[in-house]
Amino acid sequence: MMKDNNFTIAAYQGFIDDGKLMGSRCTKCGAMFLPLKPICDQCQEASMELLQMSGRGKIVAYSVIMIGPQKMIEEGFDRQNPYCSGIVELDEGIRIPARIAGVDIAKPIKETIGSPCRLEFTPNSNKPGILFFKILNELS
Amino acid sequence: MKRLSRDVAIIGAGMSKYGMAGNRITTRDLFIEAYQDALQSVGKGIDPKQIEALYIGNATSDLFEHQLHTGPIMANWSGLIPRPAVRIEDACASSGVAFREAVMSIASGIYDVVLAGGTEKMTNLPTPEVTEVLAYALDGVSEFPSGFTFPGVYAAMCTAHMAKWGTSAEDLMRVAIKSHNNAALNPKAHFNMDIKDIMRDRQEKAAKEGKNYSWKFEMDFLSDSTQNPVVAWPLRLFDCSTICDGASCVLLAAADVTSNFTDDPIYILGTGQASEYPLHQRKELSSIMATKNAAGQAYEMAGIKPKDIKIAEVHDCFTIAEIIALEDLGFFNPGEATSDINEGVTKRTGRLPINTGGGLKAKGHPVGATGTGQVYEIWKQMTGKAGPRQVVGRDLDFGLTHNVGAHGTTVAVHIFGKK
Repeated sequence: MMKDNNFTIAAYQGFIDDGKLMGSRCTKCGAMFLPLKPICDQCQEASMELLQMSGRGKIVAYSVIMIGPQKMIEEGFDRQNPYCSGIVELDEGIRIPARIAGVDIAKPIKETIGSPCRLEFTPNSNKPGILFFKILNELS
Repeated sequence: MKRLSRDVAIIGAGMSKYGMAGNRITTRDLFIEAYQDALQSVGKGIDPKQIEALYIGNATSDLFEHQLHTGPIMANWSGLIPRPAVRIEDACASSGVAFREAVMSIASGIYDVVLAGGTEKMTNLPTPEVTEVLAYALDGVSEFPSGFTFPGVYAAMCTAHMAKWGTSAEDLMRVAIKSHNNAALNPKAHFNMDIKDIMRDRQEKAAKEGKNYSWKFEMDFLSDSTQNPVVAWPLRLFDCSTICDGASCVLLAAADVTSNFTDDPIYILGTGQASEYPLHQRKELSSIMATKNAAGQAYEMAGIKPKDIKIAEVHDCFTIAEIIALEDLGFFNPGEATSDINEGVTKRTGRLPINTGGGLKAKGHPVGATGTGQVYEIWKQMTGKAGPRQVVGRDLDFGLTHNVGAHGTTVAVHIFGKK
């Protein structure tokens, strides 16, 4: 039974490994969740269906981080080479935290809030669970 | 309406010096300093044998000093075996929640006298490792893998507050300046220096090396990125609370026995606690719903309104957190806290003194000790024992503490009164 359960963290990360960002939608009340989860916090029902995200959205909050946790330091990030993390609001109307590319790291500005962005999966795809969004006007 | 089944009061409180305690000092050494300070603070004295249970807030001793099961360890070191002892881990709200559990244990009728405290030893690890450990309190599936740190999530909330309300870097700096001014009068604060003194100190040291820094005002100093570097944009070093060691301890008693211990009991009029989603699941990014919910419960139980509060300790793990807290607690309208702060309302001499002990920013933030450390400060102020930082010229009849775990995923609020 558990083996086929789509609403576990293992399943969520498995979807990311396959290049899919997967949320869940309550079949009783329609509430959406990302990452997917098994129980609705609007109606407490445990009746979910999978919902694949389009991967398009906009930046609603972000930070340029100088001192990261160990795994970011191991990736080569530090005060001289900081990285950006943010919250993305997807076109579906729900949000997800992610790494962000395309911010001017040397001169971040609050006007970046609202910028459209698109999901790209991390270049190091051997690390499950890592999402990467690129700001769109930097892509062309 | 929810009420405590019987009244509970503070009969004494203590605190260790907050700061860098040295590598060989442990959570138990820090706790004993706070515990003995609390015992001595009880006006008519207390026989430690009268303490019936311990509720101990501790967030990270497993990771920082490889010590689990902090509750009975503190009971042993305090000489209180075989009394029941509980360790509560709710990140930075650990001892705020421990305090609430202690209050409810007395209200239940099981105990008459209970100890609530917290202890944390953080400075034996370097800053990147402390950053790592604290980030474990974020959502480990969504936030931590995205590279978010503790300063990072508050920085993200700060950008949302800036985008919505026009909050500026200078607005944040005013919070830090105020907190340091208060901490300068608190001998137990980690940084008991105001920012002007820190600035002059560095100017003098630089002059000896033949360098000249021309800062005139605190704002000049805080705007200089060589002195106040970015930690997680838009937050700089002086926007962040300190990494430090410390412990705090509060003694609580049922109202019908407080006269055995003190003529000056401070009653717990309201208690509230709420949980909250990780940042991305919240409707509002520039506000913390758990603060509104916990405060709502506490105000209702106490039967008072935000405008009745005369003094408060709010959870300023970052300067932006203080601004958001003041709005969520109902002291100021959403988006207006910065203009009230600018007018001096939250200074020690202002209409609503905030964080008179120096706050997490300058008194320090030994995470598991912070909640009962806030209660200690309110108790000091409401009993008139706060020394040079005492708020004067008014009756501090109602006080409030606001303790946040992680980025608001837990919040505990307490309201205190003299009768």
